[in-house]
Amino acid sequence: MRLRISHKTTYNYDTPVHYALQQLRLRPRTGHGQTVHDWTTEISGATRQLSFEDQYTNQTDLLLADDGTTHIEVHCEGIVETTDTAGVIGRHKGFAPLWLFENETARTKPGPELRRLARDVANADDTLAQMHALSATIYEQVTYDIGKTDSTTPAETALAAGHGVCQDHAHIMIAAARLLGHPARYISGYLLMEGLVEQDASHAWCEVWTDSLGWVGFDVSNRICPDDRYVRVATGRDYGDAAPILGIRQGMGQEDLHVALQVQQ
Amino acid sequence: MTESKPHLDEMFVSEGAPRAPYELYHDWFSGEDIKHLRRKSAEAEAFFRRIGITFNVYGQEDADERLIPFDIVPRVISAREWARLERGIEQRVRAINAFLHDIYHRQEILRAGRVPKELIAGNEAFLPEMIGVSPPGGVYTHIVGVDLVRTGPDEFFVLEDNARTPSGVSYMLENRETMLQMFPELFTNMKVRPVSDYPRALRRSLAASAPPCVTGKPEVAVLTPGIHNSAYFEHAFLADQMGAELVESTDLRITDGRVSMRTTQGYKPVDVLYRRVDDAYLDPLTFNPESLLGVPGIMDVYRAGNITIANAPGTGIADDKALYSYMPDIVEFYTGERAILQNVPTWRCSEPDALKYVLDNLADLVVKEVHGSGGYGMLVGPAASKRELATFEKKLRARPANYIAQPTLALSTVPILTQKGLAPRHVDLRPFVLVSPNEINITPGGLTRVALKKGSLVVNSSQGGGTKDTWVLGE
Repeated sequence: MRLRISHKTTYNYDTPVHYALQQLRLRPRTGHGQTVHDWTTEISGATRQLSFEDQYTNQTDLLLADDGTTHIEVHCEGIVETTDTAGVIGRHKGFAPLWLFENETARTKPGPELRRLARDVANADDTLAQMHALSATIYEQVTYDIGKTDSTTPAETALAAGHGVCQDHAHIMIAAARLLGHPARYISGYLLMEGLVEQDASHAWCEVWTDSLGWVGFDVSNRICPDDRYVRVATGRDYGDAAPILGIRQGMGQEDLHVALQVQQ
Repeated sequence: MTESKPHLDEMFVSEGAPRAPYELYHDWFSGEDIKHLRRKSAEAEAFFRRIGITFNVYGQEDADERLIPFDIVPRVISAREWARLERGIEQRVRAINAFLHDIYHRQEILRAGRVPKELIAGNEAFLPEMIGVSPPGGVYTHIVGVDLVRTGPDEFFVLEDNARTPSGVSYMLENRETMLQMFPELFTNMKVRPVSDYPRALRRSLAASAPPCVTGKPEVAVLTPGIHNSAYFEHAFLADQMGAELVESTDLRITDGRVSMRTTQGYKPVDVLYRRVDDAYLDPLTFNPESLLGVPGIMDVYRAGNITIANAPGTGIADDKALYSYMPDIVEFYTGERAILQNVPTWRCSEPDALKYVLDNLADLVVKEVHGSGGYGMLVGPAASKRELATFEKKLRARPANYIAQPTLALSTVPILTQKGLAPRHVDLRPFVLVSPNEINITPGGLTRVALKKGSLVVNSSQGGGTKDTWVLGE
């Protein structure tokens, strides 16, 4: 499938910014069933300082806000050719060891709810069946509901509350998979949604390591293993590692964020 | 604690009969008046107070500012003894750097099963942000302090490696400076190898580790947490001696893909940053977002290869106490040679058999926290009361993996000057090692710490330890 993506993130500040940095993980890479064509990142109100590959091989850029700016815009645009691999990503690449994806993080730290969830699906024939059951259970128990959680909400909290967004679904699945002994990682990326060109946020799902197939993707929110409508952009132990934009800013003042995202064929 | 095991007296074979390296010193000392020397000793203390060395040698955290006592009797090491130590230290430091490269890349040593995966996987000292980073010149530990103890004429043991931010080098330099001023005649009689080149060597070594993008003379700066840090004196001292800028986080920012410092002529890129700020506080964008001591974005600049951070972040995994017992294997794995310097035999309490032995023999052992430092949180079995032993046993049983245990070694002694003349006290030694892509440079000498209390084995400054000048003799 040939997907055309346009992702514009705009920050408006009510007072001029004198020193701010933004770390972008917004460049998809070719591989794992996707080929990236003509990817461009246009930046206004800030200047790119560096581009590098992070510890999870994410393509990362560091931006420095232009002195006195009140407006920063990051516009990524490009075409990604995808194939349907039925969610199978396969072998592990990069220097980050598999065991790193078994370690808990602040967002995936298990509590009683996650332990209960893991226990509920513990009896399964194999890892794949277990993970499908886990994904379905999370979908049932955690209603998709925007605005009740944010990017720092721990999986345990979202599970206990019974609602969240794709990011919470991913964190819950990651945390439970790790409890069951499987390495699991967070994926941020794009999804082509039928009949919905304009989206207000990028997507997130997770991948679980299976001995037979290697990494396999699970999108709890859509009850599916990612197919050719999905574009992987960044990965890590949780949202913190794979966040599309991570910033730090000196001084006070309000920040207003707006995202305009289009994914279409 | 007191102990009665026979131990090596480094100065005397028997009463009045000095060992060879101390002969000339002993001749001189025999002609001196004790009262006069006591006065000299008081002068030395006044000198230290005046220049303001009042920081804690080993604690990185806030510690009481106080003077660490200095003893005027030098510790003397022969050329032959030093040559062997030097070979052993160099081998160990090479192995540490090879280990760090491996552990942040392919992890061959884990694949080979020589170090258990669990030891790294569950270890907070392992820094995921360092995965895949190859620091300029392949150097991770630009400055290392290797803590040694001696039990016999040719028996040195490594007590611990300090691969994060070893401190105390300013003591080594000031101790020598003081001795030179007080006893110049001694240095004309004895061929004592100088240590005063250390700051220049440090600068040379750091400059040689500059990233490849640097074409001119590398700009070196020292990053300090600030004046309230207990080791601020040393930070300022070293910057001054090296002719490098002393900077705080507020002096640094990102410009043109580099970390730059504010100067009177605007911002200027820093090529090599000798940082005395711990990993967790180094970059609020990457690590602790609350940190005010660090430089946001410095890890990105580092990963992009535009700055050298000395020591590299994440080196703590090499001097972690849980890994210590594997050091002989680590040396062998990366150098293909047997370790020249021995490790102190160590029981890993994470292993059930070892734990059982440790619990059965608690009263004879020293038990340390895996992540502890400064002599805190440790149990010295022979010195502990029944009640202390019982309390510690509970802690051990609750979190065995948090502890290692070692036998109480019969540490060597070197005399100190007391009211009544010379009296033996236990010592250890921290030589300072500089690593650059070109060479490993070990300053002849180091910091000798001495337990000032009679019979005490605890040399930590926080627990009543003092320091001595360390003399390595020339050929």
